[in-house]
Amino acid sequence: MTAIVETPTVTELDALESESIFIFREVAAEFERPVILFSGGKDSIVMLHLARKAFAPAAVPFTLLHVDTGHNFPEVLAYRDAVVEQLGLRLEVAKVEDYIADGRLRERTDGTRNQLQTVPLLDAINAHRFDAVFGGGRRDEERARAKERIFSLRDEFGQWDPRNQRPELWSLYNGRHRPGEHVRVFPLSNWTELDVWNYIEREQIPLPSIYYAHERDVFERDGMLLAVGPYSQPRSGETVAKRVVRYRTVGDMSCTGAVASVATSAAEVVIEVAASEITERGATRADDRASEAAMEDRKREGYF
Amino acid sequence: MSTLLRLATAGSVDDGKSTLVGRLLHDCKAILADQIAHVKTVSEARGGDFDFALLTDGLRAEREQGITIDVAYRYFATDKRSFILADCPGHVQYTRNTVTGASTADVVIILVDARHGVLEQTRRHLAVAGLLRVPHVVLAVNKIDLVGYDEAVFTKIAKDVGEVADQLGIADLKAIPVSALVGDNVVEHSADTAWYDGPTLLEVLENATGRTDTSNQPLRFPVQYVIRPQTDEYRDYRGYTGTVASGTVTVGDPVIVLPAGRRTSIAGIDRPVVTATSTAVVERPSAIAGEAVTVRLADDIDVARGSVIVAAEHSPGTRRELAATVSWLADRPLTVGARVLIKHTTTTAQAIVTKITGALDLDTLGVIDAAELALNDIGKVQLKIAAPLAADPYSSNAITGSFLLIDAHDGWTLAAGMIDDEEGELL
Repeated sequence: MTAIVETPTVTELDALESESIFIFREVAAEFERPVILFSGGKDSIVMLHLARKAFAPAAVPFTLLHVDTGHNFPEVLAYRDAVVEQLGLRLEVAKVEDYIADGRLRERTDGTRNQLQTVPLLDAINAHRFDAVFGGGRRDEERARAKERIFSLRDEFGQWDPRNQRPELWSLYNGRHRPGEHVRVFPLSNWTELDVWNYIEREQIPLPSIYYAHERDVFERDGMLLAVGPYSQPRSGETVAKRVVRYRTVGDMSCTGAVASVATSAAEVVIEVAASEITERGATRADDRASEAAMEDRKREGYF
Repeated sequence: MSTLLRLATAGSVDDGKSTLVGRLLHDCKAILADQIAHVKTVSEARGGDFDFALLTDGLRAEREQGITIDVAYRYFATDKRSFILADCPGHVQYTRNTVTGASTADVVIILVDARHGVLEQTRRHLAVAGLLRVPHVVLAVNKIDLVGYDEAVFTKIAKDVGEVADQLGIADLKAIPVSALVGDNVVEHSADTAWYDGPTLLEVLENATGRTDTSNQPLRFPVQYVIRPQTDEYRDYRGYTGTVASGTVTVGDPVIVLPAGRRTSIAGIDRPVVTATSTAVVERPSAIAGEAVTVRLADDIDVARGSVIVAAEHSPGTRRELAATVSWLADRPLTVGARVLIKHTTTTAQAIVTKITGALDLDTLGVIDAAELALNDIGKVQLKIAAPLAADPYSSNAITGSFLLIDAHDGWTLAAGMIDDEEGELL
């Protein structure tokens, strides 16, 4: 293959985009009631962008579902509502707060709510009879997610059985499931954090403002910068300082840390991410530090 | 063409696959500080040295047993290119997961323990690589330090594997003496193997050609989903979405829509344009293999999911009977008369296994008579299918030449299938 052929080239980003679009179309064709898990975080925003491309000029044929911990960043909720409004999408919200209010769930002693999302998520899937559930999880994020199929079967309890996954050959995705079971679908499986940011820059996708550098009162805990707010207060010995920070991931405010950053645009974030010596979850997520297999345990129970 | 390379590891249990992957990532500086700290903490808690395998063995059960159960995908890049690495299991029980990892690979790295030489699982993995037509196979003769860096040991294993690879039709095989634990010839050349003047593993990976570009082959466009917006702006719009499986689609091209066999031409190819508030399409002149696009046709004919738009001059036609080679992935055996589902491009149809022609004997690499196929067997079958399929031999088109067999009851993926050439050779 030494001959120089004048053909249009496909970049790595184009290839990833095409793979994701192919996945969205497979699901639209083979499932009855698909839903996109939409948190207003960058990965779910990129998912929605890709879904829109997959079906243009028609509308996205999927509902959105947000599991609201009650501890969300206000900027993210505002972004979520604006997108739904502008695009005329249907949004279902499952609220952890409702479960705590009527006693179906109890607040954890550490005050974090990421783990509490699983039950409302599974209840919403059952109540709406969603059969395909798109998640923005990427294999590069975390070692249990590195084990995921693109089409990943969940039993009627929403459980993942990582020791007994279906073989997944070529691009022949097998979405067969029995009544009560559902399939989690991960269109961004092969994207890295850097790919996501390069794509956000290339496509000029708007994001909630907290993804870019801003001033915030923060304190340091376990090597993370936590914002002072209603859900996270400094303990004695932890000093509050005004720092210029941004968020690399957006989760529950009680367990999501910020990173020191001066990046005010996607292009500047790309440069920062490329030079980073810490993974995005390692830098910013207290929930993954609970144990050696914290994510695997949550995922087995039906977590994202 | 993309410089992305997809690679998969294979080899018998305890040959050191996960350690090699960990070493490769580590020496490429693809492991970040928090991941190293994590492995260090866990390794020390277990009272051992830094365990590279912990970088990819992500499941609790894998860490407890020290084996790889399912594929772990890792992403890394050097100055030259990006890599997607599928670290696959070695244990025979989990061969189906190795088939999963290898099915999308451009390169398979097969490890052999220098102390043990070629084992049955080595032969099975070579057969899988040959069957799937993975373009490049790298033989990593691992733990070369444990045989005193003996050139004769390396040469013998390279020769043994070379003979097996020849029989299986593997065209490109490179052998490298490595020690994953110490790092010999993984990223850095080893001073202890002065007799070896070939490339390191990373050098081979950086220079391997990626996926075969099929944009010069005849057009195959399996239709995934039909778009009909029915909005004021796009009232009569009818677009057929799909990913170009091979060839190049160009506006004006004469095409045939299978299975109906109707002739028409490409009226338009659309590219989505999506902004914060608007969703539209603009026309583009052509699209090549691998691109997800939407095409419109000149004539109003019946086109639905499962249709395949093909080059008018190079139609594969359709068939309801197939001779194929299958890798059997289920615990329950395949028997003649079995009723299954076949998933081929965007068509799913009922099928009956009418004949098991034979199974691959891993010792002789010949085909032997077989009444049934058991887990991990590679065999040759004939199928009768309830719907006509627009299929090509796997050797000429990996997308229109491959299929799954699926259990209609529980949905399990039973087999990976590759459609045979007319001559019907096994591999």
